Amino acid sequence: MDLPEEHPNLLRPGHSACAGCGLLITMKLVLQAMGPRTIVVVVPSCEAGSAGVYPNTCFAVPSFHSAFEIAAPTAAGISNALKIQGRTDIQALAFGGDGGTFDIGLSALSGVTKNNDDIIYVCLDNEGYMNTGIQVSSATPSFAWTGTTPAGNPGRKKHIMDIIAAHYNPYSATATIGFPRDLQRKITKAKGIRGTKFIHTLTPCPTGWRMPFDLSPDVSRLAVETNIFPLYEVEDGVRYTINHEPRRLPVEEYLFLQGRFKHLKKEEIQRIQKDADAEWDKLQYKAHRSTVNST
Amino acid sequence: MCKVLPEKCGCDEGAVMKEFMTGNHAIAHAVKLCRTPLIAAYPITPQTPIYEKLSEWEASGVLKGIMMRTESEHSAMASCIAGSLTGVRTFTATSSQGLALMHEMLHFASGCRVPVVMANVNRILAAPWGFWADQTDSLSQRDTGWIQIYAENGQEALDTVIQAYKIAETVYLPTMVVIEAFFVSHFMETIDLPDQDAVDRFLPPLDLPHRFDMDKPGYLIPVVTQEWYREYKHRAFLAMDSVKEIAVKVDREYREEFGRGYGIIEPFMFDDAEVVLVTAGSITSTARVAIKSLREDGYKVGLLKIRLFRPFPYEAVRGALFGKKKAGVIDRNISIGSGGIFCQELRGALSGMSSNPLIYSYIAGIGGTDVDVEIIRKVAFDVMKRTEPHDEAIWVKEDF
Repeated sequence: MDLPEEHPNLLRPGHSACAGCGLLITMKLVLQAMGPRTIVVVVPSCEAGSAGVYPNTCFAVPSFHSAFEIAAPTAAGISNALKIQGRTDIQALAFGGDGGTFDIGLSALSGVTKNNDDIIYVCLDNEGYMNTGIQVSSATPSFAWTGTTPAGNPGRKKHIMDIIAAHYNPYSATATIGFPRDLQRKITKAKGIRGTKFIHTLTPCPTGWRMPFDLSPDVSRLAVETNIFPLYEVEDGVRYTINHEPRRLPVEEYLFLQGRFKHLKKEEIQRIQKDADAEWDKLQYKAHRSTVNST
Repeated sequence: MCKVLPEKCGCDEGAVMKEFMTGNHAIAHAVKLCRTPLIAAYPITPQTPIYEKLSEWEASGVLKGIMMRTESEHSAMASCIAGSLTGVRTFTATSSQGLALMHEMLHFASGCRVPVVMANVNRILAAPWGFWADQTDSLSQRDTGWIQIYAENGQEALDTVIQAYKIAETVYLPTMVVIEAFFVSHFMETIDLPDQDAVDRFLPPLDLPHRFDMDKPGYLIPVVTQEWYREYKHRAFLAMDSVKEIAVKVDREYREEFGRGYGIIEPFMFDDAEVVLVTAGSITSTARVAIKSLREDGYKVGLLKIRLFRPFPYEAVRGALFGKKKAGVIDRNISIGSGGIFCQELRGALSGMSSNPLIYSYIAGIGGTDVDVEIIRKVAFDVMKRTEPHDEAIWVKEDF
């Protein structure tokens, strides 16, 4: 069996990310599954901040540091140019942070997804503007501490997967480093599909989440097992498949490991639990409906 | 389809097609003749007919390539930059608010040293709203590192787009071809359509460096040190400076091939002129008529058209205006707090010259207001009667 984890590592040593960075591990797993016939687009964020200062870089494939809000149209421009040149064996891969995806780049990503340009877009979601030093984004979860929400985030995390699914793009999926084979399988699958593929990855950030540096994989697994971040795929915006049956652990097990939630009151935790339960019910319904419709 | 009237042109390069069309469609024809395969655009009045015409040709297969219908001008420019870095010829068109939205990407394009060509149809910037001709949109982008060429009419716009690709692809800098809303964009005139084979000879297939080398992967546009940033900008500056010579050379080659050329500046009834009017864009055409009529009345008045704005042709302008007594610059644009932008540039070019003409700044045609022959004659008379320096801009309105 061909396992992506046995492929060459295309993230070279020497990046400048924080110790235990979940985002860098995600990039490594993604690039390993993508292989060398890939052009990478990064934009201002932790991914570009840690990619190196001239003349050093950690990318072993051609890469381009584009502007903040345009990861998607940059990758689409590359992809269309490659098509014009007949070099269709090369794939354009865009990495966007949660700020670049949920906030400032949402309109550009929507435009590309609507046009179904042939790119793989990987959102590296560390739930805040971490590269500028931990500020709230619309991917920051309810009540979380950030530098600009010192009393806790009053808003709720934007449902980016639902937004992308509303474009009826051929393939979207969630993934996280705690489930590396699932993540690499999804990248491999996306490579085989033409059109806009969107992968939403949860990338634990020890610095911004206020937790010990060795906890990223554990926290990643707990995000899935508590239903904070379920693993699933969406095809054509309508067919939902749940990839992992969670243990449905209480959300506290995820929250209590992170300093950004240490101030939470009982009712706030209850609220997070209620939201996670409701989202899970909704997802199960969609997955069930997909099964019924396909039979 | 337009009516086609084949006839021979001045050079003996076979049949030349003449068609009756707008300035916008002339630009679309130029893009097709340049075989530009990657176009990314977003609609905005008064540019939209360029986007529509190219879309029509893409759909029918006349234009071989891909039209990216982006969700904003900002993304259109992002896609053009990316396509150019990958190694294909690219084009976009915009106006006004769209150009302003692109501002960030304009700096990015010149920093990436990509030969993207863009048409900008000058339209006022809100607020308040309007659609009328005003050059302030493109002139506000003068420090973004783009080559800027202002065309007087549809024919010149077509010829300039073809020239723009050759210049841009020689120096690796993006180039903006500028026409004015409605006066040029929607005004219909008879246009000589160059022969495709001749354009192919003039503009061979693109051979850009492939910046994404799969065999030798590199990281493009990294974070750089202060010294490297300075080096990037210095090199772009030197490349831009060389455009003054290259644009002249390309224009000369174009004239040899197609029988039409414009220069980077164009003097008109100029040599013995004591008083000079300076214009750019469509006002030039009206000024030609006004100057002729003033000559008939016995006044020694001449015209200087500025076509290349970035880089600003300092040497050429100095050479032309040396020894002249007075010049009046007519600006259809305004830098609030300073004055007419072409006038500022001209004054900058002439400072330090031993024999400086007195330069007067006239703000005329702002917001697309009409600048007719009579107004231009009045400006000329105003210049003639003045004897003292006058720094402030003079607003040409109903009471002028």
